[in-house]
Amino acid sequence: MIKVNRNEWFNLRMQVNGKRYEERVEPRKLLSDFLREDCGLTGTHVGCEHGVCGACTVLVDGSAVRSCLMFAIQAEGAEITTVEGLAQGGIPHPLQDAFSECHALQCGFCTPGILMSSVEFLETHSNPGTEEIKDMLSGHLCRCTGYKGIVEAVQRVVHRQKEGEEASGSGDAVSICSRTTPAV
Amino acid sequence: MKPAAFDYLRPSNVEEACQLLLEYGEEGKLIAGGQSLLPILNMRLSTPEFLIDISGLQELKYIHSEGDWLNIGALTRQRDVERSALVKEAAPLLSEALPYIGHMQTRNRGTFGGSLVHADPTAEIPLSLLALNASVVVQSAEGAREVELNDFFITYLTTDIMPGEILREVKIPVGSIPMGYSFQEYSRKHGDFALVAAACVLDTDEQNRITGVRLTLGGVDAVPVLAADAADLLIGEKLTDTLLQEASRAASAHVDPEGDLHASREYRLHLAQVFAAKVMETAYNRAVAKGGTA
Ligand SMILES: Cc1cc2nc3c(=O)[nH]c(=O)nc-3n(C[C@@H](O)[C@H](O)[C@H](O)COP(=O)(O)OP(=O)(O)OC[C@H]3O[C@@H](n4cnc5c(N)ncnc54)[C@H](O)[C@@H]3O)c2cc1C
Ligand code: FES
Ligand code: FES
Repeated sequence: MIKVNRNEWFNLRMQVNGKRYEERVEPRKLLSDFLREDCGLTGTHVGCEHGVCGACTVLVDGSAVRSCLMFAIQAEGAEITTVEGLAQGGIPHPLQDAFSECHALQCGFCTPGILMSSVEFLETHSNPGTEEIKDMLSGHLCRCTGYKGIVEAVQRVVHRQKEGEEASGSGDAVSICSRTTPAV
Repeated sequence: MKPAAFDYLRPSNVEEACQLLLEYGEEGKLIAGGQSLLPILNMRLSTPEFLIDISGLQELKYIHSEGDWLNIGALTRQRDVERSALVKEAAPLLSEALPYIGHMQTRNRGTFGGSLVHADPTAEIPLSLLALNASVVVQSAEGAREVELNDFFITYLTTDIMPGEILREVKIPVGSIPMGYSFQEYSRKHGDFALVAAACVLDTDEQNRITGVRLTLGGVDAVPVLAADAADLLIGEKLTDTLLQEASRAASAHVDPEGDLHASREYRLHLAQVFAAKVMETAYNRAVAKGGTA
């Protein structure tokens, strides 16, 4: 049994993006605020704080969840992945590349949450159709893009994964995006 | 907004949780998946003094069949019920209903039992479980009791669960798995709460006559409604277009929806009739395809 009084500070330990954090928190601190304020990981965005917009989505032990609908203290001992944990050694995650190529973001407010849901989605769906992708995205609000670029970016990663599996053949990108990034 | 301050308690088992509820009475609030409670706390619509976190209690996370019953622990995540092969086999109505609840991201945390206790009149789990004629096991410091879902829902967001009690388990009778089933709903936007939802389970004999049926409607009253009148019309009959119209009219005859921002009373009544017909027809066709002679 664990009891933490309202104004007491709890010594909270968790693993975020592979790094151990130990911070003192009040029990009422939301996981989203813990990540932003205590861990300094402001990539996780906070839009509505009642579970509707999806901007705060992170992976808790591999599952995409709303970090605004969880208290930090409930994630004690958990492994969290935020958008900051996607790129490895300065190399963007395949989803991040595809989002950039397909213009799947404009202001970028919704993007971290959508990326985190997409990570779980691609891990649990090997060959998703457009409808399944849209169903996953229904948990996210984007006020800029009209979603088309986002769907295309996720599809592009699916194609690349399949290509990679089928043969280590030509590295040419499949033309899934309706718009491609002009060379700079 | 941020929630008001509270004392946080994390019991290590159900017995401890019951003791805490006894100790703190009305000031103690259970939190399971938090997907309904956190929005309420964040908006300070509720400011409990003591939050009792049962979300980690493994002993209430299970899905297993025992004889003629499918038993689901109250703290099983909605996503785990949705993806369970055992549920798909024994209670396919649930597998069809679960994906309508919010979004994958909320189902990853929301619990099966939490939805039942929250008792939103449009919620998918209460509606399906009423159609399946399920019962629940409720536990307090004094012991456990069983309640049939027919007697469980009192009014809007209120069930038979008393202060001091915890929902432990949902028991679904699966001795004879219904041959036909269907869950369908109408919402303004994918993942939103339904305006009107309907569920139906149905059996037929070799002549395609209906031998048993349970039809439930949500979003049309303060609690999920069992449409017994419609069922009476169907027993012993083959489903014709005329009978379908008659039965769906009967189903919506006694319901009393309120109009609100999202839909007027008249529109909800219309939807109730349309969706009653849809689920009865689909359930009938599935039953006939499975067992009848059509
Ligand atoms: C964006 C969004 C969309 C949603 N859409 C839908 C939808 O379409 N359909 C739908 O049905 N729901 C929907 N929900 C709510 C659903 O996600 C919740 O999971 C569910 O209503 C409550 O389950 P929970 O485990 O999250 O419970 P909590 O939020 O933890 O608790 C809810 C209530 O039940 C009590 N409680 C919980 N478990 C127990 C128990 N074992 N014993 C006694 N009391 C208990 C709590 O004290 C509290 O009062 C939505 C939520 C969000 C955020
Ligand atoms: S901030 Fe969490 S869902 Fe909007
Ligand atoms: S890119 Fe601006 S909200 Fe999605």
